[in-house]
Amino acid sequence: MVRLEKRPTPSRAWIIATPIVAVILTMIAGGIMFALLGQDPVEAIRIIFWDPLFDERFASFSRPQLLVKAGPLILIAIGLSLGFRAGIWNIGAEGQYIIGAICGAGFGLAFYPSENPLILPGMVIAGALGGWAWAMIPAVLRTRFRTNEILVSLLLVYVAEAILASAATSFLRNPEGRGFPGSRNLSQHPGTDNPELIAGTGMHWGVVAAFIAVIFAYILLNRHVLGYQIKLAGQAPRAAKFAGVNPTRLIILCLGVSGALAGMAGLFEVAGPAGQISIDFNVGYGFTAIIVAFLGRLHPVGILLAGLLMALTYIGGELAQLMLGLPASAIQAFQGMLLFFLLALDVLSNYRVRIKRAEVGA
Amino acid sequence: MMGIDPVTLIVALIGASTPILLAAIGELVVEKSGVLNLGVEGMMIVGAISGFIIAVNTGSPWLGFIAGAIGGAILSLIFAFLTQYLLSNQVATGLALTLFGLGLSSLMGEEYSGINPPLTADLFPQALRDIPVAGPILFGHDLIIYFSVLLVAAVWYVLRHTRMGLILRAVGESHDAAHALGYKVIRIRIYAILFGGACAGLGGAYLSLVRVPSWTEGMTAGAGWIALAIVVFASWKPWRALIGAYLFGGIAALQLRLQAAEINIPVMLLDMSPYLVTIIVLVIISSDKTRAAMSAPAALGKVFHASG
Repeated sequence: MVRLEKRPTPSRAWIIATPIVAVILTMIAGGIMFALLGQDPVEAIRIIFWDPLFDERFASFSRPQLLVKAGPLILIAIGLSLGFRAGIWNIGAEGQYIIGAICGAGFGLAFYPSENPLILPGMVIAGALGGWAWAMIPAVLRTRFRTNEILVSLLLVYVAEAILASAATSFLRNPEGRGFPGSRNLSQHPGTDNPELIAGTGMHWGVVAAFIAVIFAYILLNRHVLGYQIKLAGQAPRAAKFAGVNPTRLIILCLGVSGALAGMAGLFEVAGPAGQISIDFNVGYGFTAIIVAFLGRLHPVGILLAGLLMALTYIGGELAQLMLGLPASAIQAFQGMLLFFLLALDVLSNYRVRIKRAEVGA
Repeated sequence: MMGIDPVTLIVALIGASTPILLAAIGELVVEKSGVLNLGVEGMMIVGAISGFIIAVNTGSPWLGFIAGAIGGAILSLIFAFLTQYLLSNQVATGLALTLFGLGLSSLMGEEYSGINPPLTADLFPQALRDIPVAGPILFGHDLIIYFSVLLVAAVWYVLRHTRMGLILRAVGESHDAAHALGYKVIRIRIYAILFGGACAGLGGAYLSLVRVPSWTEGMTAGAGWIALAIVVFASWKPWRALIGAYLFGGIAALQLRLQAAEINIPVMLLDMSPYLVTIIVLVIISSDKTRAAMSAPAALGKVFHASG
């Protein structure tokens, strides 16, 4: 009989090993899935995980994409991880991302056609404020009325999508766009563009912001009393209460930070890689970032690595679409599977597996 | 408000509510057993495509509904295994279920967009449905709608008046006490999760086979999350879930009619109204301190690990 025995403290070795084992298991299960879809599994896995980086036909295009896609994922996931650690579940980052993009783009377009170099910083601040304000809705409802922040933050994603549709077709629509939906192009206009900083690397200001966020989160969690309070509130809510942790402040802070970072990520995206506000510029980074946060074990450095890996699955997925005709949704299922394996393997960090013969009378 | 006939509005309201009602009543049972499954959206959409595929290929909507329920139940089995045997975090696992379900369903549905499913027949003969006012409202529906109302009654009866319901509630209130009394906490919860999955899947199938009726990626559009909100709104009481679902369905049906009638309200506002109303209702319910705290199952979302 297999029995689980709770470990006094989680196993450090397994905490680090589980993401790696989960990735390997996902590759195997994903291979089976691709085989069922009538593809050669080994080739499919190679095209997704190896070719974007090392095949000379694709690498020159694909490598810069790695940072372009990892940037927003890391930026959002860092914010989410703070809340997740404290047991505060912001799952509406997608909505905060959209609202941030709309606010930031709106700020930039308000000064059109000025090319003042201060416009981009202003857009970044407007984007962060937009995302922050959107996240404050679930935060305030939670702290004032005890409303479940999971449901509110998620439902607000659909509200944000309705606003986005309206922004693209009416209030931010390009007046010179001959009636087509979509705003003016921000990335082709000096002043509002979020350019590639080092040619051929994909590095833009959003990626820089993501790296800075990683460093700040690391310092916050390891060197600052606030980081200590976040960890305490998640692991031992009662102890946190006695230690004087103010739960209201923590909720406002965690949701606020994650909203601001998601909003910023949205702005960097519309001013850079996406180029403009359009009905469907958002591609679900806000949801994938949840997987990134867990895959990175809610640890800043882990999230950095997990963000790069997840970006690779996006790029590899596109390549597999092109080369094998694999449907785009296969990658989404693949990413979901990864999260399953990770959560399943977590049991090994927290529990010891004991194999015992059934005892008489037990 | 001219051009909006109240009778057809009520008929449309009942139809619009049914997928959410089915998912909500399933989730209500799951939560009563002390488990929070946030994967309703994922189970619904997998049910929607499973049902659609079977119905299109067999030509029978009834086999489709059964397949939808089975599809949702199979997906919920992953959740059951992870949370009950591997003791994973229920919030994270439920989210994973939704993300995976959305991906899996679009993968399954690759070749099924733009197809019409076989028609689901109404239950009662034309003569009954032609009775003014009462006819369409009482007799103008298909079997699944009557089934959903019966299901609410059955869940209410079982939870309230049977030994099985008492045990289920005991497990949800205090798994340690239930375990000490000798009840199989994990097994009971797995049955509850499977029931919830089947209900969500059936709700999804109703969406793709009757409500829309066709298959598009991401067609549930938050219905699963609204079902979760309705369980909170209902304070975990079956009949109030029915009221909540019909209230929501009423708003969804009304806003579609207002859009069609081209009344001078911005489309954006109408599009977001179902979600906004859900949020507002949630706030009203949760701000009532005593009621919200009294009615939630005490062990909701807590991991059960029998020590010893």
